[in-house]
Amino acid sequence: MSATDAATEPSPGLRVVRDATCTFCGCVCDDMELTVEGNHITKAKNACVLGKAWFFNHHIEDRPEALIDGQPAGYDQAMDRAAEILLSARFPLTYGLSDTTTEAQRVALAITDWIGGIVDTTTSVCHGPSGIAFQSVGEVTCSLGEVKNRADYVIFWGGNPAESHPRHFTKYSLMPKGEFVPNGRKDRTAVLIDVRKTKSAKAVDHFLRVKPRRDFELAWALRALARGVELDPSIEETTGIPLETLEEIMDGMKKAKFGVILFGMGLTMTRGKHFNSEAVLALARDMNEHTRWSAKPMRGHGNVTGADNVVSWSTGYPFGVHLGSGFPRFNPGEFTASDVLARGEADAALIIASDPMSNFSQPARDHLEGIPSVVLDPKLSDTARIASVAITTSTYGINTGGTVYRMDDVPIPLRPAFDSPYKSDLEILRGIESRIRQRQLSGSLPDPAASGV
Amino acid sequence: MAEPFILIPGRTSQQGTTLNEGKHTEAYRVEISTLQVAPEDMQRLELADGDLVRVYNEVGEFTVPCITARGDELPPGMLFISYGDNSSRLMGGDTQGCGMPDSKGLDVFLETATASG
Repeated sequence: MSATDAATEPSPGLRVVRDATCTFCGCVCDDMELTVEGNHITKAKNACVLGKAWFFNHHIEDRPEALIDGQPAGYDQAMDRAAEILLSARFPLTYGLSDTTTEAQRVALAITDWIGGIVDTTTSVCHGPSGIAFQSVGEVTCSLGEVKNRADYVIFWGGNPAESHPRHFTKYSLMPKGEFVPNGRKDRTAVLIDVRKTKSAKAVDHFLRVKPRRDFELAWALRALARGVELDPSIEETTGIPLETLEEIMDGMKKAKFGVILFGMGLTMTRGKHFNSEAVLALARDMNEHTRWSAKPMRGHGNVTGADNVVSWSTGYPFGVHLGSGFPRFNPGEFTASDVLARGEADAALIIASDPMSNFSQPARDHLEGIPSVVLDPKLSDTARIASVAITTSTYGINTGGTVYRMDDVPIPLRPAFDSPYKSDLEILRGIESRIRQRQLSGSLPDPAASGV
Repeated sequence: MAEPFILIPGRTSQQGTTLNEGKHTEAYRVEISTLQVAPEDMQRLELADGDLVRVYNEVGEFTVPCITARGDELPPGMLFISYGDNSSRLMGGDTQGCGMPDSKGLDVFLETATASG
């Protein structure tokens, strides 16, 4: 879809794009009304504070199409060099993908397959541990539409939606009036479990301050209570929460008609990681002995859920997949980006819509800085600054159409606001893929030893 | 003298908005370079808002100004900082075989620092 298809023009030079989609966070709110003046969005009705910052700060910057070793270059030259780098590598890494369209994600995965590399997404440093937990205990799942229309008991665990997903409360989980919760907030009981008493605590009925790194123990205590196991009062010393409080919470959970646990990275980033997610998923599963319960991870980036879907339907695994053996191999810790960089194994990188140089561990950053890399990003990120080839692309959802997946795995179409002079991630990745295939099919492959990669 | 703390890096509204304005803007830099300390710890350590503190573990370190956390958001013994370059400096490369480095609930030490760091 071009930017002009979905727009109306109330006055010359001013356009309004209705039902646009915000791709800043995993809520993927698709009820935006954007006012566009030239190549700036000047109003973003219905957007939260994060959405407004997203829309107002992604305008067209005066940057070259690409930088090769820091020098301005055109797209063709950049794609040629990108193909050369990726074909020369013995153990290339494709990483990122959470802030681009599903269509572009598919091509990135195809490139990784052609060059026999590793594909990993920001999921591995987000809810990757939950992905591991899904494989261990399964996922009792639901859509956010079901949460809106049915959930009368909502537990937020290890997250701060008031700041990370500002519209989640009002659009999906707490305030909305739904078919089976006609009085909205009054029909719901809300609980927040966290180590910090964040701004989200004001929105709930019960705040449980769990001791740091004791989420696993707390989830198992609740599992025990769900099964009718008698607990020792010393559980308070372990978890920080009195037994009476836990019993009160469990009583409410059992009486609920439809409960949901929405869990964040307080579980996945803390010691225990996938064991923490497993415990919470198992608790939701156990609760179905009594009533209907689900558990869903709160996802951060706009299309990180799409990345999980694309990598899963293409390879059978959600992230951290090695394609160099002719078949997919999944092994978190071995084939995940943070590990292959920190151990100094990857010898080239294709980074799409992600900035690992600003948020990876120091050993991983040190290695990434020393290997050839191809970076696609609308902004000159820290990672783009150190790239061998940094390609400027248009912004998905603002300049580029396509599909993204909301955090509950529901695909949502994008309605871009205005055109960009820069190519999309999809166009660039297709260009790189075609160059790689042409050279592979013609046999004109670079000599890794000669290229220095 | 350095004291042990548990550091929680996390997201904030201010981090999310300034992130869009640019990671090289002053507002973003300030947001990811300000350490929140519980009021009780501020008093006990005789710290004032804006004082520089050095936070370190076996992986790395950073020196940033501290501020008093709101109300009872943080219990004594816990620190908070917005995700970013500083918090990443304390993350090790080991993921214990799951792909995710320890990124929250980090054992760290805190001590007062001078302007030269």
